[in-house]
Amino acid sequence: MRPADKLVRAATAFQCQIELERAGQIADCRSMISLLTLGAMQGCELVLRAQGPDADAAIEAISHLFDSQFNEP
Amino acid sequence: MLELQGIAVSPGVAIGKALVFDREGYSLARCLIAREETEREWLRLVEAVEKANRKLEESREQTTATWGQHLGGIFSAQQQLLLDPHVRFETEHLIRDKQYSAEYAVSEVFAKYAAAFRRASSSFLADRASDVRDVERVLLEALSGKPAPTLRELPHEAIVVSHDLTPGETAAFDPSKVLGICTEAGGPGGHTAIVARGMEIPAVVGVGNFLHNIRSGDEVIVDGHLGRIIVSPDDATRERYLLRRKARESIATKLQELRDLPAITSDGVRIELMANVEFPHETEACLARGADGVGLYRTEFLYLGHDSEPTEEEHYQAYLQVVRDMKDRPVVIRTLDLGADKMGMVRPAEPENNPFLGLRSIRLSLRNPALFRVQVRAILRAACAGDCRIMFPMVTTLDELRSARFLLRSVSEDLWAEGNYTPCAVQVGMMVEVPAAVLMLDRFIDEIDFVSIGTNDLTQYTLAVDRSNDSVADLYQACDPAVLRLIQRTHQIVSAHGKSTSVCGEMSNNPAHALLLVGMGIRTLSLAPAAIPVIKKAIRSVTLGQCEAMAWRALRLSTAREVEAFLMNQLAGLVPEIVLQA
Repeated sequence: MRPADKLVRAATAFQCQIELERAGQIADCRSMISLLTLGAMQGCELVLRAQGPDADAAIEAISHLFDSQFNEP
Repeated sequence: MLELQGIAVSPGVAIGKALVFDREGYSLARCLIAREETEREWLRLVEAVEKANRKLEESREQTTATWGQHLGGIFSAQQQLLLDPHVRFETEHLIRDKQYSAEYAVSEVFAKYAAAFRRASSSFLADRASDVRDVERVLLEALSGKPAPTLRELPHEAIVVSHDLTPGETAAFDPSKVLGICTEAGGPGGHTAIVARGMEIPAVVGVGNFLHNIRSGDEVIVDGHLGRIIVSPDDATRERYLLRRKARESIATKLQELRDLPAITSDGVRIELMANVEFPHETEACLARGADGVGLYRTEFLYLGHDSEPTEEEHYQAYLQVVRDMKDRPVVIRTLDLGADKMGMVRPAEPENNPFLGLRSIRLSLRNPALFRVQVRAILRAACAGDCRIMFPMVTTLDELRSARFLLRSVSEDLWAEGNYTPCAVQVGMMVEVPAAVLMLDRFIDEIDFVSIGTNDLTQYTLAVDRSNDSVADLYQACDPAVLRLIQRTHQIVSAHGKSTSVCGEMSNNPAHALLLVGMGIRTLSLAPAAIPVIKKAIRSVTLGQCEAMAWRALRLSTAREVEAFLMNQLAGLVPEIVLQA
């Protein structure tokens, strides 16, 4: 739940629309409920998409979050 | 004034203020608001969300300070659920476009997500359902401005109105505060019905959807005799019910004087009046009403409302208490009668099309011998403390009876081998609830010590009618001549073998039916403790000859309606004091 929390907080900082897709199901990164409904577990393959003025920066920031494993201990 | 018909499951009349109670324990009116109020309602919700967010923030700070960031993060995530744009969008839509009250909208949206998470295959998501419910609780508290009440600590006396109640909720009732119970769902055999009877709280279940028509604080009348609910009664109706309640109370006071007198007809025939109980604490009510014993100790409550199956020790302690409290009076323990409308931990692997014809009762026990043995062990151990008997429910074939007896013998041998307990000779009985058992009773009778007729199931299986189904409930008549013939035949076979038949269904609670049963030869009735005084009064007012004449005539009638009308007429002539004018 905490990674999802961090993801939402990160996504909310941007103006663009940010989506995660897993097996054809799409979640809105600003919505905790929507992310949880995705049911994504560690090791799942996900596609990250962003659309809007600051989309590039958003992709970079969120990819970084994933790469750093959400700074989890 | 709104009048609704449901199923009467616990007698008595309650008049009071409604407390609308939803599954999660909040006072929640499922109501719609006026179009012009939607904007204000939405702002009220926005404010409540801010307040709830501050509350979660406080919890987060406190938890982080005490337990560290890791646990504090739980509340941080809950804040995200609270502020979730999808949740916000959906609640706004329900309030603005569908005119839901803020509480109703919140509960609808959160319930939807909680249910989706619960259905998810991952256990991680299933656990998130409880986070969703937590957030909902905080938000609803913020909306109401006060902590959510639970049924354990009601602020004032109230009539609990709900869609349905869980076993845990009903068990937590404070009977001094709950005046009456009324639920949209539920049937006569459900736990709400059983608990309400056990606590002697008037109750009506199976009313159908009506929560949108009622708010907490509305005046409600629960008529547990006729199965009627009246919301916001007019003065004349309220007056009529107050008068009837007063009349009943004065009858009850008079009947209480009979407590220490035996149930004996005026020409000296003794009728045993035993009690049906569900909980160990009900022995108090049994003794206060002068019961001759416990004729039916239902054991399902040990299984309902718990997360795990009861241990042998839990069974044993419950049984021991009842056997000890009843001193030397007999206590008949019925083994597990789960299935159909009562479900515990053990469930059939597949959903059943016809649960009442499915894996229930003794069938379920025989299919789960490990579970069954635990209960039988506890009964045999408790039997050392007094006159404790064992009874198998819903026996249909001789093979079932033999399998159950085989298991009983093997458990008894185990106990013997362990040397801890000396199992004594325990009387073994069967319930007659299925027509097949009546037809074959002459083959069963040599292998049992006593028979108890469960008229509720016998009526349902004989007439092929589910009485919780509104469309056919009127066919459900315990006095249908077909049912009476089966009772008569049962009694004839059992008494020809020098054994005893008791009747433990709801028929025994009805004075007219009870006198009919006495006239048919039944000498032991088992009934709700609350009904003992009135049945005792009826028996003490008549001679055996009068009952026999009544039975003779009744058995010659052809329809349930004729029988019922005849019996009511007879009762009014024989025991006018207990007949209330409706």
